[in-house]
Amino acid sequence: MSPTAAPRRAFAWLRWYVTELTGENAYDRYVEHAMRTDPGAPVLGRREFERRRTDRRYAAPSDGLGGSFKGCC
Amino acid sequence: MIWSLVAVVGAVGWSVLALSRGEEVSAAWMVAAALGTYAIGYRFYAKFIQNRVLRADPTRATPAERMGDGHDYHPTDRRVLLGHHFAGISGAGPLVGPVLAAQMGYLPGTIWIIVGVIFAGAVQDMVVLFFSTRRDGKSLGQIAREEIGPVGGVAAVIAIFSIMIIILAVLALVVVNALAESPWGAFSVGMTIPIALFMGIYLRYLRPGKIAEVTLIGVALLLFAIVSGRWVANSGLADAFTLDPRTLVIALVLYGFAASVMPVWLLLVPRDYLSTFMKIGTIALLAVAIVVTLPNLQMEAVTDFATNGDGPVFAGSLFPFVFITIACGALSGFHSLISSGTTPKMIQKETQVRTIGYGAMLMESSVAVMAITAACVLDPGIYFAMNAPPAVIGDTVQAASDTITSWGFTVTPDQLASAAEAVEEESLLSRTGGAPTLALGVAVVLAEIIGGDTMMSFWYHFAIMFEALFILTAIDAGTRVGRFVLQDALASIHPRLGKLRDNTWWPGILLISGIVVALWGYLLWVGVNDPLGGINTLYPIFGISNQLLGAVALAICTVLLVKSGRLKYVWVTLLPLTWVSVVTLTASWQKVFSGDPAVGFLARRDQYQEGIDNDQLLAGAQNMDDMRTIVNTATLDAVLSAALALLVLIVFADALRVCVKAVRHPGSVRLRETPHVPSRIIAPSGLIATKEERAELVSAGLGPGGGIPEQSTGPRQEVSER
Repeated sequence: MSPTAAPRRAFAWLRWYVTELTGENAYDRYVEHAMRTDPGAPVLGRREFERRRTDRRYAAPSDGLGGSFKGCC
Repeated sequence: MIWSLVAVVGAVGWSVLALSRGEEVSAAWMVAAALGTYAIGYRFYAKFIQNRVLRADPTRATPAERMGDGHDYHPTDRRVLLGHHFAGISGAGPLVGPVLAAQMGYLPGTIWIIVGVIFAGAVQDMVVLFFSTRRDGKSLGQIAREEIGPVGGVAAVIAIFSIMIIILAVLALVVVNALAESPWGAFSVGMTIPIALFMGIYLRYLRPGKIAEVTLIGVALLLFAIVSGRWVANSGLADAFTLDPRTLVIALVLYGFAASVMPVWLLLVPRDYLSTFMKIGTIALLAVAIVVTLPNLQMEAVTDFATNGDGPVFAGSLFPFVFITIACGALSGFHSLISSGTTPKMIQKETQVRTIGYGAMLMESSVAVMAITAACVLDPGIYFAMNAPPAVIGDTVQAASDTITSWGFTVTPDQLASAAEAVEEESLLSRTGGAPTLALGVAVVLAEIIGGDTMMSFWYHFAIMFEALFILTAIDAGTRVGRFVLQDALASIHPRLGKLRDNTWWPGILLISGIVVALWGYLLWVGVNDPLGGINTLYPIFGISNQLLGAVALAICTVLLVKSGRLKYVWVTLLPLTWVSVVTLTASWQKVFSGDPAVGFLARRDQYQEGIDNDQLLAGAQNMDDMRTIVNTATLDAVLSAALALLVLIVFADALRVCVKAVRHPGSVRLRETPHVPSRIIAPSGLIATKEERAELVSAGLGPGGGIPEQSTGPRQEVSER
């Protein structure tokens, strides 16, 4: 076991946590999902995907009271 | 065995906090009392609620699993979701309330924060999360409509909207008070807007999706903005950034309007990332700093203001006003909006509601404990000088020192002047709103580990920036959500207004955004111009409204417990519901009808009206215009408090009707629960997997994050493989 193994693991974990928390890996997940469900279907490019993702996340929620008002108290 | 040790640690912490008199108490006891109590509440009470009361079912698929579409809603690793949920619920609230409540000493506030979260706040968050998860992640308003009925449902939605407006106005007031006449603060907070625009363009056009990268760049720019704020404050540009409160109100209103109508990717999204990062980062930093330095608390355990009700920060006696002032951190109705709607669509397992719902609220409560600690670390004389309105302490250091010393907290004019100098502000007198006080406390604590006295002013402005940043984020997002709510509500009144719902119809968007901004902007304007000090008037209304929302959420939970045949355990939500109703309704009653003009709005109105009739100036008013402003403000506040309380009483009445019906004729009520669908996900329920859970994961070939067996591309595998 090399002496740098523990810090390297900690760093890898942190990296994984940040990409998960920020949703940076949403695109990878989307591609995986698209391939799994229908390998032949066209897959969006990253730019287009991120655009749609943002628009959808901050769009008007169906019932008017979404969770996008966060971080108040 | 280990749990009796935890219990002993907590008990020792409490006894030292409660029994020490006269000498300074170390913050270590605060930490011990809080962590010991949280651990026991989480391990025993939360587990009891999850297993016996809610009967969370690991075999039932959650909305995330059933409706997971590979886009946004996917079953999320519980550790990641905890971070998400915490970032969603926490904000400026738990930082401000405890600071104001410190006027009654550290003890009442601390007891309420810790006991309140165990029995009320965390219970609400967890139970709402559970019931929303069982209903496809529906929002609180929708659940109220479906499970209680149209009357209670409509009252709940109106209450939610009004409360939102009040929250926005009060948070904006906190920012105004923190940035007024402070060129350093105004410059660095103002710089967050161009930084956010840059990040937005970067994410949209240059490197889409590289969120972590752009956030790091943003944070670096932000720190640079804080440093350069000092240069600006010492240069010829200082005058341009020395803004008076009224100018700041106009700037905030314009900002809120712009954020509501602009495309989200340009401003809202990058600010969201920035403030989430700063929030988590700074809170972690502060926690480490307090635990490492363990500063002494200078404030008394219980001050005289707790009993005589004459406190300068907010009027009224300990009951009910401590419980109103500290809403966030102990019980925050607002969380029920996050716990329903967003988080349920991401949770992997019903059995994780304890970790996510209860756990995140315990974290927020610890933030509140840190805030009260930071306020009590300060010299009490300086604390009161910063938090009392000018009508009480005057506007010179000499007058402030005389008044505060007469209350029994010795402070010299020199001390007041040098405290302001240490953080490079003109003056610290009457910097009400809690944010500057907290910033000073945080600066004292952080300077002790990093930088010493030379870094004091940097840490002070760092803390101001951090609070202003996420208050502004709450304002921009809140204005936008307020717009959606109002669009929806107006459109459902009459078919001819249906067009308002259309999010591409610009006249509608501009009009509705304008109305929302005007509503909170007007309240903010009133608060800024209040000769008696806006915070001490508006903050109690904010606390009352937030907890009334908590009462609505707990009432809905109680109805659901009764309707779903859990009558035996109804006390779990009925107990906090009763307490919070008694507190908020007493407070509303006193705010409206109390004969003491310092507390009751109607009495104040009558007193000043009489003054006007007799052509006589009363305390706090410089001229007759001030007198008229005070009369109008008091009338508005009285109407607001009464209207909110009435709305909530309507919800209660309707909820009671449904409960009685459910108890009398159990067959006649219909529960709108989603039917059981078997779950395929295997995932631990706690943050750390138990031995059995780990064995199960290993045999299914999954990492610690869990997932669906034999679906290699499913939810996350562990990092070590990547």
